[in-house]
Amino acid sequence: MTTAIKYPHAAGFVAGDRPKIVTSRFEHADSYTIERFLATGGYAGLRKALGRAATDVHEEVKSATVLGRGGAGFPAGTKWGLTPQQVFPKYLVVNGDESEPGTYKDRLLMERDPHQLIEGCLIACYAAGLSQCFLYIRGEMALAQERVATALNEAYAAGYVGKNILGSKFSVDIVLHWGAGAYVVGEETALIESLEGNRGMPRLKPPFFPAANGLYGQPTIVNNVETLANLPWLMVNGSEAYTAIGTKTSPGTRMVAVSGHVKNPGVFEIINGTTTFRDLLYGAEFCGGIRNDNELKAFVPGGGSAPWFTADQLDLPFEASQVGPAGSMLGSGAIMVMDSTTDIPAAALTLTHFYAHESCGKCTPCREGGTWLERILTRIVEGTGTEADLQQILEVGAMICPGDFPHASNEKLGLAAVPFPYKMTTICFVGPSAFAPLHSAITLFRSEFEARLVKRISIPVTAVSTPPTVWA
Amino acid sequence: MTTVDSNTTAPEPVVDPNAVSVTINGKVVAARKGEMIIAAADRTDDFIPRFCYHPRMEPVGMCRQCLVEVVGPRGPMMVVSCMTPVAEGQVVNTETEGVKKAQEGVLELLLANHPLDCPVCDKGGECPLQDQAFSHGPGESRFVEEKRHYEKPIAISDNVYLDRERCILCDRCTRFADEVAGDALISFTSRGNNTQVMTFPDEPFSSYFSGNTVQICPVGALTAKPYRFKARPWDIEHVESTCTTCSVGCRTVVQSSRDELVRYQGVDSQPVNWGWLCDKGRFNFESINSKDRLLTPLIKDASGNLSATSWSVAIDSAARMLRTALTVSPQSVAIIGGARGTNEDAFAWAQLANALGVDSRDSQLADGLPPQVFSLPQATIADIDTAKTIILLAPDLKEELPVLYLRVRHAAEKRTGRVVEVSPRATGLAGKAWKKVHVEPGKTAAALRALATDAAFMAQVASGSVVVIVGRMNLAESEESVVHALAEVLHLAPQATVLPVLRRGNVRGSITAGLTPRNGGKSTAEILEAASAGKIECLVLLGADPLSDVPDADLARRGLSGARNIIAIDTFITQSSATADIVLPAAAYGEKEGTTTNLEGRISNVAQSITPVGTSRPDWMIAVELGTATLHELGFTSYGEVHAAMISRVSEFAPAADTHAVEHDGVIIAHPSPITLTRADGASNERNSYDYRAVVSRKLYDKAIGTAKSPSLVSLAPSAAVIVNPLDVPRIGAQVGESVRVTSQRATLVLSLQESVDVLRGTAWLPINLGGSDVRELLDVSKDVIDLKIEKMS
Amino acid sequence: MSRLNEANIKTALEIIARYPRPKSALIPLLHLAQEQNGYVTNEAMVHLGELVGVTSAEVYGTATFYEMFRFEPVGKYLVNICGTMSCALMGAGDLMHHAEQKLGVKAGGTTADGMFTLAHAECQAACTEAPTLQVNYRFRYKVTNGDFDTLIDDLKNGKLADEIPAHGVVARIRQRIPADRGVGAVAPELVTENPAWMDGKAAL
Repeated sequence: MTTAIKYPHAAGFVAGDRPKIVTSRFEHADSYTIERFLATGGYAGLRKALGRAATDVHEEVKSATVLGRGGAGFPAGTKWGLTPQQVFPKYLVVNGDESEPGTYKDRLLMERDPHQLIEGCLIACYAAGLSQCFLYIRGEMALAQERVATALNEAYAAGYVGKNILGSKFSVDIVLHWGAGAYVVGEETALIESLEGNRGMPRLKPPFFPAANGLYGQPTIVNNVETLANLPWLMVNGSEAYTAIGTKTSPGTRMVAVSGHVKNPGVFEIINGTTTFRDLLYGAEFCGGIRNDNELKAFVPGGGSAPWFTADQLDLPFEASQVGPAGSMLGSGAIMVMDSTTDIPAAALTLTHFYAHESCGKCTPCREGGTWLERILTRIVEGTGTEADLQQILEVGAMICPGDFPHASNEKLGLAAVPFPYKMTTICFVGPSAFAPLHSAITLFRSEFEARLVKRISIPVTAVSTPPTVWA
Repeated sequence: MTTVDSNTTAPEPVVDPNAVSVTINGKVVAARKGEMIIAAADRTDDFIPRFCYHPRMEPVGMCRQCLVEVVGPRGPMMVVSCMTPVAEGQVVNTETEGVKKAQEGVLELLLANHPLDCPVCDKGGECPLQDQAFSHGPGESRFVEEKRHYEKPIAISDNVYLDRERCILCDRCTRFADEVAGDALISFTSRGNNTQVMTFPDEPFSSYFSGNTVQICPVGALTAKPYRFKARPWDIEHVESTCTTCSVGCRTVVQSSRDELVRYQGVDSQPVNWGWLCDKGRFNFESINSKDRLLTPLIKDASGNLSATSWSVAIDSAARMLRTALTVSPQSVAIIGGARGTNEDAFAWAQLANALGVDSRDSQLADGLPPQVFSLPQATIADIDTAKTIILLAPDLKEELPVLYLRVRHAAEKRTGRVVEVSPRATGLAGKAWKKVHVEPGKTAAALRALATDAAFMAQVASGSVVVIVGRMNLAESEESVVHALAEVLHLAPQATVLPVLRRGNVRGSITAGLTPRNGGKSTAEILEAASAGKIECLVLLGADPLSDVPDADLARRGLSGARNIIAIDTFITQSSATADIVLPAAAYGEKEGTTTNLEGRISNVAQSITPVGTSRPDWMIAVELGTATLHELGFTSYGEVHAAMISRVSEFAPAADTHAVEHDGVIIAHPSPITLTRADGASNERNSYDYRAVVSRKLYDKAIGTAKSPSLVSLAPSAAVIVNPLDVPRIGAQVGESVRVTSQRATLVLSLQESVDVLRGTAWLPINLGGSDVRELLDVSKDVIDLKIEKMS
Repeated sequence: MSRLNEANIKTALEIIARYPRPKSALIPLLHLAQEQNGYVTNEAMVHLGELVGVTSAEVYGTATFYEMFRFEPVGKYLVNICGTMSCALMGAGDLMHHAEQKLGVKAGGTTADGMFTLAHAECQAACTEAPTLQVNYRFRYKVTNGDFDTLIDDLKNGKLADEIPAHGVVARIRQRIPADRGVGAVAPELVTENPAWMDGKAAL
């Protein structure tokens, strides 16, 4: 019976023969217990960190260039350094609200190795002088909440969290917080609003850069789960060992979920910066090719918000400095693959619907434009759209993103890449994201949209107009 | 019982920013650091369209309509001008092609779901969405889809209707409710395209300030019941005026259509009201349109009933009454009232009283303060913004002077100053207070004296300017006790300035004009006592209703029945004017021009908008006619003359010669040289055998005529009750909501028992002038404090 | 009576105490209310407002922003079928169609017996296991039509009662901070200096 096994111990995760920084314990069925954690070097990184001055630990993280794994890719050590020196208290908010379409990694890290995340939080608080940590887990992730709650209870009891950690002068609480279903809360300022008990509507940056003006108006570091999960290994092995993996600008590893029309979809911890999309989609140790050996039509390289790539971009490495100029973004490590059988307008509609549905409603262009786009696109997908509708999509999109919209190059269409990012009239990226996938779909596959349009007989305007009524 | 609890957590007040210079569309504009681009641009001729931005609220950057380009290191950047602060040397362009396209886009999106019911919308013709669609919109909409639909409109309170289809979700009303009024009773609900403004189910937006949301709504989503479908904006006549509902003196625009008042709107006057009004002041224009207004003079006929008569008969009869009384003695004539009228009305009456030799005149109704508080170093309302410490020795500002409450709340909210609340119960500002000194009646001065040893308090008052807001916080406590307490405060903070908050509309102006006892004349309480003893031959009630307003029912009753003759000048038949021998119909607010003086001594104009109803006349004119009839020409016969005479004869009013200022933000009266208060040991005020000490104060909505005769407000007044601390309820033995017997040394009343944590243990709060038993029956103005017994009914 | 019960008030106070500002506890408390009653009642929202010191309208504003909160009763089992891209590519549309047939209700509807509410959901962060669904936030991966039928039958027969609690309960395990181990939350304005360990020296 397929439903008998509730939680195969790391569904979707494919270990492979690669260096492991954050998934080293996933092979154990009991990887989430404190016993297993301690037996496999758990909290050694914390102990090592506490044996050094906080500033030293901060320096170590800085020199390792641990890029943020949430989407923006900003180095964690640098981020910590942006808080004002003399303003207290400072907070750590852990972003475990993973909900970007295609993304599946933070949930695994929380379900499978919660202590590793806790240890990472502690190291961050210690290094950056953060007085309290709030671990925000997405509301729908029941198991992750249970595993992290259990782990925290264990860690408190064992003296790893709370007052005088390991008998030292380092004291910090980690508070488990959980959401209730709103994609936009993954945006860091919306996350802070939500943590304050408010509607999760993003704040404008500036003035609300969390590092200076975050939770309760205090300096706040918002780090992604995976980012923090890197820290224990980094503490134990040092920044040199860390930067020896991957490239100079993208050191270490990264968790990537590849889903959609591939033979073996899965979550992989890959070497940063060097692994290419082709490796991931076709490599035997990764997805092993497109299903039924179909042709690749397009793929989403970095989560639902990212403009799409085609086979032309397969040889790009997983490296932000190359993916951006090519017209998209790496985002949250989420690749969604579409094979030749894919109905492109319908696929694009799922994402346009997603972003329209998830708009918080704050900015007019996103609130009104997102649903407008969805309604026009629905008409086209259902076969009742017109040529004017297709044009209208681009014009509504321009109200959200005025100016050139990024897209990939395409040899067949003779397109040159327009680099990421875009100009926008909204506060956060949800608005533009309603248009990003759609824009690239229309750019790359216009004929598929046109094929769906109603062909109308064009009636000259003059033939149907009547003389204006003259009012007596 | 005295509780002193300190909230030492409020951070230090913020400091003021410096000047910067920016270039907007090629023009150099001076701005202040921290100011937003849109505010700086508002000082140029270039208008940046906006919906969510409001200069009196925190920006949210929500509507995205105010997008402009700021030239940055990487070329022009599109930013929202309502949330982007100015910076030295910043170059801003608000009219480039890119900006135009972005603004047109946002407008088209805002209109996408907005219904085109402008022809039947109250806002049509004065609608920012209409106007800006015209000036900054794309000219046509490409939105062909079905628009959003909601039930329309829904009543979110007694007076405010919400049409969610028209709403553009700008966050103005919700921000106002939360940030400005502190009544977060409306909120955005749902999300994304389904976002709506709503109240909690079955919990109405019952805020004293709800009408402001209607005024600041940039579309017709919020409409006010008293104005709905009453007029079209282009048919309205506007005059700028000053509200005299209470003594804050909010600047307003009085609007009329077809010689009937239709609406008041707040004017953003920096020194006074920042554009806000309370709902009572906003909606009580209805009382002026009331069918119950007095249209002709009335005179008591042979059978003792008041019946209509002509002005000439009425004036002749009134003059005869006055002359007869004067032949007995000038001390047997007295005038109560005057605070309802203009400065000119009060001046004319004071001149008449002078001419007749009448020294007993009082525009306070035994519920005020001695006029000497006006001779202390005075504070203005705007001083609250810069004060480090604001000491409240005052009634609940939210209930009695609502817009002043907003100003103090703002200072506390923005942490520009710390609030110290000295009160017999927690007021609307308690939640914002840095320190609360809640002390039972009769012990205030002693509690303040004890603060001398409170280091944190002393450090706070020593840290900078101090404003003391002083008024009658308890009508069951003597005015002397307030003066004693004030003397203690001024001893602790010698640099403090005083903002006296007597609440009746123009009470300060009428006192200044001379309607206050002189040469040993009697105060209102003394006049009524004398009348009761048969020593008043002729009592003039100048818009005063002692039977409703004097906080001692027995005294008022004895006084009015003891006066031989009563002449009432009034707009309505009130409890008191009904007992008069002659009633002269007075022109009301909006029906006459003049000036008024607010609580801080600011003189500003009240404007005439409509013709006086019936044959009613301004008070000043009645004084002139009575003067003529009693052979005392006052020397003026037109409004211009009375105004000029007032400015030349009353030195405090001299600044009012600046007509332009008087017709805008007003001018502060000239203050006499300040006096100092001497500290005195008050009575010890020990308890009698009764258990509860009475705290009596007013609610915003009560039986006062302006509320009672306004259909939209009358139902908002609560019923009388006795309110005690929840911990005292078991001691009484009755359930909350049950009727209990309340006994003072004067009387016994039956009142509904209510509980509130705002009330101190051992005290009982009795809001006055409400429907049901008349709390004033329990009171005795000759006593320092009133103690009560509260018993379960057998 | 749908204000929080005694036990939940105790839990609520424990949760509130963890935050420097009480309002921060609002979303966890709304979950607590939903756990108690299966949905969030008006009375509970009033109660939560009292507990964290905000108006009912503010509680309502926050609550309605988030999809997990329901303001009317739903089925004992809320079946959320993901329809976002990866799942859509892998047949979520067909699965939803099948589910509608099987349960006899349209997406958004509740079966007459009050057992099941079927709903569309957005990305559930299990994209490699598409198509996915959650029953009361418990995952099922790579769901075939047959899997779906089995799941529904098992739920009806009570076979999954241990694994899947009734709607409202999300996590069955709560964080508990022992009084002697917790540092305690402090209002930010009361913190005026750098934490003790920021003294330039090692903590251990």
